[in-house]
This record gives sequence, structure tokens and C-alpha cells, in this order.
Amino acid sequence: MFANPTQITILVVDDDTDFLLQVKTRLEVLGYYVLTAESRQAAEELLAQTRPDLAILDLMMEEMDGGFALAYHLKKLYPSVPVIICTAVASETGINFDTATNEERSWIKAEVFLAKPIRFEQLVREIERLLKDKN
Amino acid sequence: MQIIRTLVVDDELGMCLVIQKALQRFTLELPEVAEPIGFAVTIADSAEAALEKIGAERPDLLLLDYKLPAQSGLDLLEQIRYPESEMVVIMMTAYASFETAVTAIKKGAFDFLAKPFEPEELRKTVKKAVQNLILARQIRKLEQEKHQVRFQFISILAHELKSPINAVEGYLNIMHDRVLGSDLEAYQEMVDRSLTRINGMKKMISDLLDLTRLESGQKKREIALNNLAKVAQTAIETALPVAQEEEISVTLHADDEMQMWCDASEVEIILNNLISNAVKYNHRQGKVDVFLQRDGEFVEIAVSDTGIGLSPEECAQIFQEFVRIKNEKTRHILGSGLGLSIVKRIALLYQGSVQVESEPGKGSTFRVRLKDSPPNINPDKRG
Repeated sequence: MFANPTQITILVVDDDTDFLLQVKTRLEVLGYYVLTAESRQAAEELLAQTRPDLAILDLMMEEMDGGFALAYHLKKLYPSVPVIICTAVASETGINFDTATNEERSWIKAEVFLAKPIRFEQLVREIERLLKDKN
Repeated sequence: MQIIRTLVVDDELGMCLVIQKALQRFTLELPEVAEPIGFAVTIADSAEAALEKIGAERPDLLLLDYKLPAQSGLDLLEQIRYPESEMVVIMMTAYASFETAVTAIKKGAFDFLAKPFEPEELRKTVKKAVQNLILARQIRKLEQEKHQVRFQFISILAHELKSPINAVEGYLNIMHDRVLGSDLEAYQEMVDRSLTRINGMKKMISDLLDLTRLESGQKKREIALNNLAKVAQTAIETALPVAQEEEISVTLHADDEMQMWCDASEVEIILNNLISNAVKYNHRQGKVDVFLQRDGEFVEIAVSDTGIGLSPEECAQIFQEFVRIKNEKTRHILGSGLGLSIVKRIALLYQGSVQVESEPGKGSTFRVRLKDSPPNINPDKRG
């Protein structure tokens, strides 16, 4: 599938293959053009070629800070592209790797934080709201 | 200096003062404790006053007179319920009889001092009591740490089990909502992924059961003389379907008649784990070599692959529970993260060891050494 100029492009970055396939499937039937990347590196390569209209990122990828770095870089590259962070909550995993503190949240400057497992309707609502705000 | 808060309960003030004086000048050195131990002594002349002080000061050591005016020391002992690691009690009495001593100890006193006693006798008894207290505290601390490790294990486990369920639930919801229409064909990839995740979960559960059985010692070990080459052959056959898909050759290098005293199911678990890893983390058309060698009273199982290899840091942690190496190359490989920790535990049952040598990009060799000894020399002992 190629992006046509009127189609809205959403970049989804997550090292969870199943999550990527599910989000892609759901968003494509709603008419979005979906680009997926399973690693920070793959995402950076896509970003070098394309400016997405919105990005959905997981913070926790194989390199512990991969998601943080990517979110930071994306905002530097395209400050107006809204970012949704979807990540697992620490209380559920017992491992402390989410963006619990306000300081970290402000540093990442993402528009929305959603805890995994995400409710798809909520994700779509946030996407629509962010895209509307932008225009 | 570590201070032992001490409360002396006696209606004879003179007695209290003598004890206070004897203990306050006393420092104790114990091999279990790095610093010397001193005593801070307060006194109470009745059960009532004692109860109040116990509540307020939480003493570590209680020296309690058997015969108090309103209430006996034994009654007081019954009222203050405390765990062994919090407070240790020494009973004192002028009416020493074997019976009173037994009753006091039954009710939770650690030891018994017959009045009158010499300061030296007091110090000796106190030393024993403090030693016991410190030991109980160290044990409690160890148990808490164990509890912490357990909690962490269960947290990670819960996450690892939830992850495939979330994935399958997501696919089922997509099908439920008929997101791609009513043609089942459109969902083929999702059905396949769901089955893969469920299989991964089943493997994790069976690994977890192996691990639990090993840990609890509940699995009955059947040590017999087994043909090791045959056990290895069975393990290789199990791995063959996946290996053939990737055109990976698996070769056994062993004496056909090689025998060993072992529980065949345990050695099979070792071989299954090592061979399936060697296949999973290999390249297409790679090689897996399985060596069985005798080395004195040990048998060495070595499995080499031509796969992606491990860095020194990865080698150092690979035998821990739930450690899976996450990187670009391993992302699509499913595993429970328990296999190698199971291998290690079994090796320990055979007074053996596990070892890995690896070079990133070239491959790895896992070596497991097992002591070969018949059941009467190698009794069923588990750590």
C-alpha cells in the first residue's frame, strides 16, 4: 500500500509484533496509512524519509531507553507531530520501567500516555482528538 | 556499638540495681556480629509497670522475676505475645524447681536463672540469650529476602503469562468485531500468531512445572543405568522438525554404548533445552553438534551451535530465571526464559556445573557436567 497525499500517516513503533499487527489492522480499516517499526533503528530510518502525521510509541523496547530517545528525537525533528505513548504499567509488571514521574513525562513531551493493554476505542478517540487539535 | 535494650522486672529494687550495674558495664563480642554489643538497662517493679515499658520501649531482652506482687511473672509472660526474633526472655526465681523452669520455658522464656546468682552466671545466660536473639533476627532477615526474591519471580511470571493472553485477546477482539469482514481467510495470520503465542505459553507453563518440581523435591528421581546416546538421540529427534525447516544439521558425537547412572527424564530435559536453543538461535543452514564425553567420574554434555552467539555480559546472566537476551536478532524467537535455569538446577542435583563459551556472530557452546554415580553413593539429596 502506498501513501496517497490525502491519507493520514500514522507511525507505530513497538517491539511487540502482535501489538503492531493489531493496531495496524484496526487503523487501516479506519482509512489511515500505517507505518510500523519494531525497533528504534527501524523507526529512525522511516523518520528520515517520512514525516508522519502522528506517532504511537512504546517506551520499553529492547534497549531500555530506546523509546525515550526516539520520542525525544521525533519531537526535535518534527515538533508539531503529536505523540501517543503506549507502555506497560510498572504495577503490573513489577519492574520499574514506565514513565511514572511527572519529570520524565514533561521531558518526553508526549501528548498522551496510555497504559498497556490499551483499549482500542480509547486509542482511536485520542488519535482523532489530536489530529483535530492540529488542524 | 550495638545496644541491646534490656528491661529488668523485679519487685526487689536491690536486685534490679545489681543486674543493671552488672549489665551496663558488660560488653559482649559475638562472632555473628561485627561490632561489640552493649546493654541499656531500665527497670520495672511490677507487672503493670513492665507492660507499660514493654509497649513504650520495645526491649530486646527481658529479665523477669517469677514472683511479682500482683501478678506472677508467668502470667505476664502469657500476656506479652512476641515473635522469637523480637524479644528474648530470661526468668528469675528464688524458688527454683524443675517444674517452674519447664513451665516458664513452655510459655516462651528462653532460659532460667536461679536466685541468688553470681554476675558471671548472669552474663553467661544473657550471652546465650542474646546470641539466640541475633540468630533469630538473621534468620528472619534471610526469610524476608527470600520472600522478596519470590515476589519478584511471581511478578515477572505474571507479566510473562499475561503478555500472550493480551496478544490472543487482541486478535480475538479483531475477529469478534469482524474488522476485516466475515471471510475467515482474512484472519489467517492472526489465527497463526494466536496459536504460536498459546504454544509459547504452554511451553512456559510446562517449564514452570519442571522448575517447581525440581525446587520442591517432589518429583521422585529414578536413578538407573541409562544409555546416554539413546537419550540424546530422542532429544535430537524432538528438535528435528524445527531444524529441518531452517536446514540446520544436528549431529551426535558419542559412543553408542555410553552409559550413565541418571534419571533419564532429567538428562532429557537438559538435552532438549540445549539442543532446542542451539537450533532456535542458529542461522539458516547452520550446524548443531552434540558431544557426550566421559571425564573421570563426570559425564560432559556439550552442545555447540553456529548461531548468533552471546556477549560476555549476556553469558554472565543467561542461566538466571527469566533472562532472555533481547535484541534485533532474538526478537522473533519465543522462549520461556526458564530453560537454562532448569538445566542449571538439574546439573546441581548431579553435583555438576554449567558453563557457556560464546562469540557474538560465531556461535556458542554450552557444557553441562554431571557426576556419574549409582544411587547408593549418590543419595537423593536436594538443595
